[in-house]
Amino acid sequence: MSEEKLHISSYRSHLFVLAGLLLLTAASVAVTNLEMGPLNTLVAMLIAGTKAAIVLTWFMHLKFDNKLYAIFTTLVFVIFLLVLYVTFFDYSYR
Amino acid sequence: MEKHEEHTAHVHRDDEGDKLGMWLFIFTELLLFGMLFLMYAVYRYRNPVAFQLGGDELDVFIGTFNTVILLISSATVAMSITAIQRGNKKQALILLGITLFIAVVFLVNKYFEWGAKIEYGFYPGSELLHELGHGTTLFFGLYYIMSGIHALHIIIGIGLFIYVATQIRSNKIHSTDYVWLENTGLYWHLVDLIWIFLFPLFYLIH
Amino acid sequence: MSETTTSKHVSFLQYKGKYKGILGWILSTDHKRVGLLYLYTMLVFFSIAAILGLLMKIQLIAPGYTIMGPQTYNSMFTVHGIIMIFVIVVPGLPAVFGNFFLPLMIGAKDVAFPRLNLASWWLYVIGILVVLSSQFVGGWPDTGWTFYAPYSFRTPANVLPALFGAFIMGFSSILTGINFVVTIHRMRAPGMTWFKMPLFPWTLYATAWIQILATPVIGITLLLTVMERVLGVGVFDPTLGGDPILYQHLFWIYSHPAVYIMILPGMGAISEILPVFSRKRIYGYKAIVLSSLAIAFVGYFVWGHHMFTSGMSGRALYAFSFLTFLVAIPSAIKVFNWVATMHKGSLNLQTPFYWATSFIFVFMIGGLTGLVLGSLATNVHVHDTHFVVAHFHFIVFGGTGYAFMAALHYWFPKMFGRMYDASWANIGWATFFAGFLTLYLPMFALGLQGMPRRYYDYLPEFHTGNIISSLGAILMIAGALIIITNLVRSSRHGKKVTDKNPWGGKTLEWQTDTPPTLENWEEIPTITDSPYEYK
Repeated sequence: MSEEKLHISSYRSHLFVLAGLLLLTAASVAVTNLEMGPLNTLVAMLIAGTKAAIVLTWFMHLKFDNKLYAIFTTLVFVIFLLVLYVTFFDYSYR
Repeated sequence: MEKHEEHTAHVHRDDEGDKLGMWLFIFTELLLFGMLFLMYAVYRYRNPVAFQLGGDELDVFIGTFNTVILLISSATVAMSITAIQRGNKKQALILLGITLFIAVVFLVNKYFEWGAKIEYGFYPGSELLHELGHGTTLFFGLYYIMSGIHALHIIIGIGLFIYVATQIRSNKIHSTDYVWLENTGLYWHLVDLIWIFLFPLFYLIH
Repeated sequence: MSETTTSKHVSFLQYKGKYKGILGWILSTDHKRVGLLYLYTMLVFFSIAAILGLLMKIQLIAPGYTIMGPQTYNSMFTVHGIIMIFVIVVPGLPAVFGNFFLPLMIGAKDVAFPRLNLASWWLYVIGILVVLSSQFVGGWPDTGWTFYAPYSFRTPANVLPALFGAFIMGFSSILTGINFVVTIHRMRAPGMTWFKMPLFPWTLYATAWIQILATPVIGITLLLTVMERVLGVGVFDPTLGGDPILYQHLFWIYSHPAVYIMILPGMGAISEILPVFSRKRIYGYKAIVLSSLAIAFVGYFVWGHHMFTSGMSGRALYAFSFLTFLVAIPSAIKVFNWVATMHKGSLNLQTPFYWATSFIFVFMIGGLTGLVLGSLATNVHVHDTHFVVAHFHFIVFGGTGYAFMAALHYWFPKMFGRMYDASWANIGWATFFAGFLTLYLPMFALGLQGMPRRYYDYLPEFHTGNIISSLGAILMIAGALIIITNLVRSSRHGKKVTDKNPWGGKTLEWQTDTPPTLENWEEIPTITDSPYEYK
């Protein structure tokens, strides 16, 4: 077993991440009042995706853990997105 | 020779393995919710107007409030891991207590939110939904299913927090053996992760 | 000798721990006992489902009412399907041989989470009992094992227990998957790098990932069907705006990868057996590993080929047909590997070898007829006919079933410390094989002629084919009886085997005692060589 060096995140760094997440939440709520048509959905999903990435990277420690977890997690998201994409081969052209 | 010695293979301890197991479970959960998101995408694509109007019916304030407190709880559970790693049992318990409290508040909010909607006539099979048509029926059907299954995960989370807190109190979880707390934290972040997507999809986009 | 050393050397079959008698089994966290628990459970439910299948074939021996009416026939094929799919072939090799041999083959003392492993078996049994309980609350379901919407929430028959039961069994499958991935990542013996791992664990690894990533899809789909039936939420109900085809999408997003859950470990077992009985290194080890992973990945995106006539868009049809042909490639690669392994080997003609080679034969028929179903034009002609039934029995029963029997005859001496009667085993195999071909080959012809599946009755012109097929069923069941009787008898009274390695295999499980001791190894072995090094 390799000696994984233990990374202890400080309270400060957690609070810093939290502040970023709250800021993004505020931004997400704010932009819904702008009329951008279909872009609204896109922007909302992009912000949510960023928030999710932040939670995964810092709160869930992917940045500091064995890289394997990060690879697996990416793969799972890729599989999900591909399934979504393939499903819409049906719905987009019906 | 009536009885042989205990089977000891299950005594073996492997924190990294436990964590990998938790991650795999999280992947299962991600795909489970993923399929609900897939359904949402399909039905929104087919009923764009009704889904927009449905979103208007939901209270942005209560949704935002729940998002904010859930994010805070995610930070506090992450901090409680920091505390246990530093050997600070008391701080870990306090931070875990805050997380637990927030989880309960989230559920209370959900209760009032659902209660108001049901009182107003939005529930599966209701007259009102029948009048409003297919798109709205689907929107609220998905709203109840997705936030319901999410709430179920919050309830399970509360159970986990209580268990972990008792373990910390009795020193079963401490600065060199805290994988239970870590995995509970991972689980709670997953609950947060799902909500991060549920929130804009149901409350914001319109 | 002290008490401790004697108990270290006791076989897992004789071990007496905290609990006695049957409790010592159903509460045991020993991976070998859990594996055998699965084996016995499967034996019971396979027999039940096989009898249902036989009854259906007897019904079809002549047109019209022979021994049952339409409603009985409908519930019979439903329960036959649910048991065979969810209880037998999906858990199949991973639950029995995966549990028993994964730790042995990678040099571990147990799986990563032994208690979770036992819990999986309990969930599995509870799931089965919930499914069967429908017999006592409103009668057996009649939807087919696919539970297609909207019929599954319209039928007056009680499908809720079946939905719930399958949901619970899904949990069991996920937990087994998690257990195996962690075991393979964390517990390989020192020196066993990824590419020194035998092929059966490799295929279990690929399978476990599918179990983890696909099973939740069926879980949520079944749950939604329950909600649809109970609450009427509308997600699949066309009268409320739902899209029943979306149900089919979700169902097959799981159930197509599930086909690979069934077949991949079978391919792994065959890849273990052929080198041993050819006294030759496996041909193209890495090709088999990589094609297994490729199957697991590409297998995710081909589900739509079950829905070619459901009303999907034209573009989806092309996409799914193309992807289906793509996934055929890695399966074909494996067939070439197996055949090349036998080439110029010194063949040892024993029962496991017969099963393994007949596996390749039926698997190829199943695979090639799969291409007929994968191409759009021919699919429209044979969709939902007996052709499909024949195809998937060739793959699922011919593939997984034969691999299961091959594995059982191969590992039997290690599991029980006794040998079966080889001549009876061979007679059983020959009878079964002949019956199998007589049963399913005519179905291809019947399907091409246009006989639909899931009908208790048929037109007179299909009579000849059905007579042959039904007689084949009787012959096959006779073969199965010979095999099972031989194995059950031999597990108690067969000739004792004490040799660690009766077949001369090179993988690790042949270096433990026969039968293995409680903790498998006195000392964890160190691996320096790749498996299958025959000189």
